[in-house]
Amino acid sequence: MKTLIKINSLLIAFLTLITISCNQGGGESSNGALSSNIAEKVYVAPGERDAQYAFLSGGYSGNLTVYGLPSGRMFKEIPVFSQFPTSGYGYSEETKPMLNTSFGFIPWDDLHHPDISQTNGELDGRWIFANGNNTPRIARISLSTFETEEIIEVPNSAGNHSSSFITENTEYVVAGTRFSVPVPQRDMPIKEYKSNFKGALTFIAVEPEHGHLDIKFQLLMPGFNYDLSHPGRGKSHGWFFFSTYNTEESNTLLEVNASQNDKDFIAAVNWKKIEEYVNNGGGTKMPTNYAHNVYDESTHTATSTMKKEVLTVNPSEIPGAIYFLPTPKSPHGCDVDPSGQYIIGAGKLSADITVHSFDKMIAAIEAENFDGDAYGIPIIKYEDVVAGTVQSGGLGPLHTEFDGRGNAYTTFFISSEVVKWKLGTWEVVDRQPTFYSVGHLMIPGGNSRKPHGKYLVAMNKITKDRYLPTGPEMEHSAQIYDISGEKMQLLYDFPTHGEPHYAAGCDADLIMNNSKKIYRIDENMHPYAIKSPAEGKVVREGNEVHIYMSTIRSHFTPDNIEGIKVGDKVYFHITNHEQDFDVPHGFSMIGQGTSEILVMPGQTKTSLWEPKKVGVWPFYCTDFCSALHQEMQGYIRVSPANSNIELSWSLDE
Amino acid sequence: MKNSIIKISIVFLVAFTLACGGGEKTKLPPAKHASESSTLASPEDAMKNWKENKGIGPVSSVTLTEVDQEMVDAGKIIFEEKCSACHKPDKKFIGPAPKGILERRTPEWVMNMILNPEEMTTKDAIAKQLLIEANGSPMANQNLTEDDARKVLEYFRTL
Repeated sequence: MKTLIKINSLLIAFLTLITISCNQGGGESSNGALSSNIAEKVYVAPGERDAQYAFLSGGYSGNLTVYGLPSGRMFKEIPVFSQFPTSGYGYSEETKPMLNTSFGFIPWDDLHHPDISQTNGELDGRWIFANGNNTPRIARISLSTFETEEIIEVPNSAGNHSSSFITENTEYVVAGTRFSVPVPQRDMPIKEYKSNFKGALTFIAVEPEHGHLDIKFQLLMPGFNYDLSHPGRGKSHGWFFFSTYNTEESNTLLEVNASQNDKDFIAAVNWKKIEEYVNNGGGTKMPTNYAHNVYDESTHTATSTMKKEVLTVNPSEIPGAIYFLPTPKSPHGCDVDPSGQYIIGAGKLSADITVHSFDKMIAAIEAENFDGDAYGIPIIKYEDVVAGTVQSGGLGPLHTEFDGRGNAYTTFFISSEVVKWKLGTWEVVDRQPTFYSVGHLMIPGGNSRKPHGKYLVAMNKITKDRYLPTGPEMEHSAQIYDISGEKMQLLYDFPTHGEPHYAAGCDADLIMNNSKKIYRIDENMHPYAIKSPAEGKVVREGNEVHIYMSTIRSHFTPDNIEGIKVGDKVYFHITNHEQDFDVPHGFSMIGQGTSEILVMPGQTKTSLWEPKKVGVWPFYCTDFCSALHQEMQGYIRVSPANSNIELSWSLDE
Repeated sequence: MKNSIIKISIVFLVAFTLACGGGEKTKLPPAKHASESSTLASPEDAMKNWKENKGIGPVSSVTLTEVDQEMVDAGKIIFEEKCSACHKPDKKFIGPAPKGILERRTPEWVMNMILNPEEMTTKDAIAKQLLIEANGSPMANQNLTEDDARKVLEYFRTL
């Protein structure tokens, strides 16, 4: 009996423990927030919706994540440069071509800097662009379907980092190389880097109606590292600004050797002038090879085309189009304020932030106040272009965004903080710690003429103790600040996915009303679509078998198939006949060497299956679709390679 | 004694853990809809009184005149594309057969069932009963326009 009591006491203790762990979240940590009403500022009640969208880069995940502000809730991961078994992106026959490059099929990348399309310098919410840093690519993602619609490879580039920023009418999405390389690539000694390697800055035209991408020209710059860039806007529209480091042109131990010069440059590029030059026949066509991949919404299918030529422009051909603005201490961030007047260069080895004046730059160019040149490109005298310096007291400034009320916000990596300062007076008005080692920050619309400046999101590189530990690696942490008042107010921590470098955001109204709900089945032009379940069939072409199958809650048509043989290549072409919002069906087949596919209402997707074993094998729906989801299944009979079993298929027979 | 106490405790523990973990997310309609309809008539009464039931939805009045063959042809195409996965014209499949539907339902009810199935299957007494008869397999909203639904109804008149 005694032992019984002991056992029961133990159970009670255990129960109590469970209860405590079950109720976590209402504990001590949030009391402070509740008492000062901070919690209310991020609380979005069940059934209510966030005020803003935030699109965070996934870094080495290769994908883009969608969050709500101010709640910090993640809504979706959009596959861009990486295969994504959750939807079948990069695995389905229709989407494999999206990841084609001149290096072949590359199933991942390092996605850095999302940027939303603009009209007249204001966010228009049509598309979001993103760069693949590793195997240089630029992607265009639809903000109606939240699907990647186009990926263009960038030739002559390597470490596609000062990308993918757009001009104020989305005329161009710009991609600058971080690493300079031989152009064209060739077998040569690395030590001959200096004056032989080139840095390509690529201007990719965006067709206004459908957003299709086409490389207009590549500017072959001196062999520096081109780090970040931003467009001019307003009065400086027509210019583009790129920060550079390693103007020493070192090819080894850059950690030391690229920090020798006291100042590197911000390159100011008059792209309108170069555009006019190439429109009049200027530039040189260079043979090359790069992939251009386009997803067609009506056929639900991507095609990849290899392009063989690119138009290059050498800066010496077009004097007066490019200038260098000396900027201290290996500048990283290169940001332009909403008026287009100030170009901010954040010297990452410095305590101060350098602000250049567009007006002063133009005056210096007109007066030809130059301080020599680099490879023929005039260097404007520092004193003649600098508007001011922010004496921040922080260390390691990286990136700056704006609230549209005359304030700028700069992240400081080394001192882990966001510093708010005033444009024009350069005085620091507030500073708040971040947790920890902040990289980029994002104010929705904060790099446009009209920021939607209520919240600021700081994206940190190091998480440490912010969350329950999850082994040696923690998801990176972000913080939301309310910036509507004079002082920034830290509201909330939330975990992000992969490594968010930059992010883009906007008011929810700009996107939510255009968000697509279904694909219309009568507009489905997929060559293997079936418009009615009665058209379901199985067709053999040699050892290729094409299964035309439909789904609706909750069955497949057909669901019994015989006559498949070991060694066949079986293509399941699944058309989802649902026409209701948010009712996808999944398809998975035992031994499927690709991935499952998630088929949206009205869409057709194809999964390849190569049966290896004789038997009767099941398939099923992977997305819980109705009360009878567990009944949504079928069987395939696989016979030996030499069998004579005829193809047959049925439903309910 | 000892065993039964431990057994009971384990059952309790498991139940507790499950409650704590939360259930699987399904796409069933939220629970509040079901409770809203608690005052409606019994299924038998509802079926008997079908002539008074126009359903719940955008359609309040339909006037049937001579069968319009053009509408029938268009309705047949729409039916095959969007409805035939679950409905066969003359026998019960996933859902009921539309053959002879106007001898059991009003034309307004038929169109509202097509156009507003979520609300119908949670609030309308007949539709609720049909959902049970279909083992809970939901009537999908196939996003037909009112004009589409009217054409499908015209097609049903010819079955």
